[in-house]
Amino acid sequence: MKDPCAHCEEMMQPYLDRVLTDEEMSEAEAHLDECEQCRRRYRFEESLRIYVRQAVDEQMPPELKEKLAALRIPLD
Amino acid sequence: MTCAATVARVEADTEEGFERPETEAAQRLAAGARDRVRFEEEALALADQVYRVARHLAGSREEAEDLVQETYARAFRSWRSFQPGTNLRAWLLRILTNINIDRGRRDQRAPQMQALEANDYFLYDRLAESDDGITDEERVVERLSQDDVVAALSAVPHDFRDVLVLVDIGDFSYQDAAQILDIPIGTVMSRLHRGRRILKRELAESAVGERT
Repeated sequence: MKDPCAHCEEMMQPYLDRVLTDEEMSEAEAHLDECEQCRRRYRFEESLRIYVRQAVDEQMPPELKEKLAALRIPLD
Repeated sequence: MTCAATVARVEADTEEGFERPETEAAQRLAAGARDRVRFEEEALALADQVYRVARHLAGSREEAEDLVQETYARAFRSWRSFQPGTNLRAWLLRILTNINIDRGRRDQRAPQMQALEANDYFLYDRLAESDDGITDEERVVERLSQDDVVAALSAVPHDFRDVLVLVDIGDFSYQDAAQILDIPIGTVMSRLHRGRRILKRELAESAVGERT
């Protein structure tokens, strides 16, 4: 039988992307309920994604917005 | 009918005949102008979100600004090809990625991944092995500066990074990313998964000086 933790690892990305089927979701959750190690790894991955998203977030320079508005085609 | 009456009638018809199309044309023009103005306003309202994604598809801030400007110039010129009611943000990003590719960015082929490709738990495991083995969120924040994360993301090869940025930063669905990049959804999924692993390997290098 396949190592349940290895199988759980395979399901982590689709689980966090919310694209697993209901059946797969229940399967992952059943393993997470009983496996502290996998649970911590999932939590870590989730936090990491949030951290990466925040860390790379960069607002548009205000002058760029003005430049874009100036590209509008004038009405005849 | 007298001759004069006929002439008057024809003149009236002719006037009407000329007037009606003019009015319709004017109405069409006015409606077109309204649609265009609405389109431009909606597109401009999305500029900030478009830039946030463009910033990491492009190599630098300057390149990103340039890409966004060219995208909007094209979008304003070809606004009629946008289908109202569909995803405008995805449409703008599609233009942007096309420009990015046209600029020859693809000359650099994505390097073959080394045999030793990190698995999904790579960063977690490296952190767990180091020091006191704390692997919570604080530890990540403590070990990785914003600059480290930006540098790690830009080190991910283009093909993988495009998908990673669209889905994880731009919050696009797999389906939207597939349409924007014009690749099959299965390719989006495999590039996304590998891209995330590559990113974690790069982050591990910054966090614990790991060389793979």
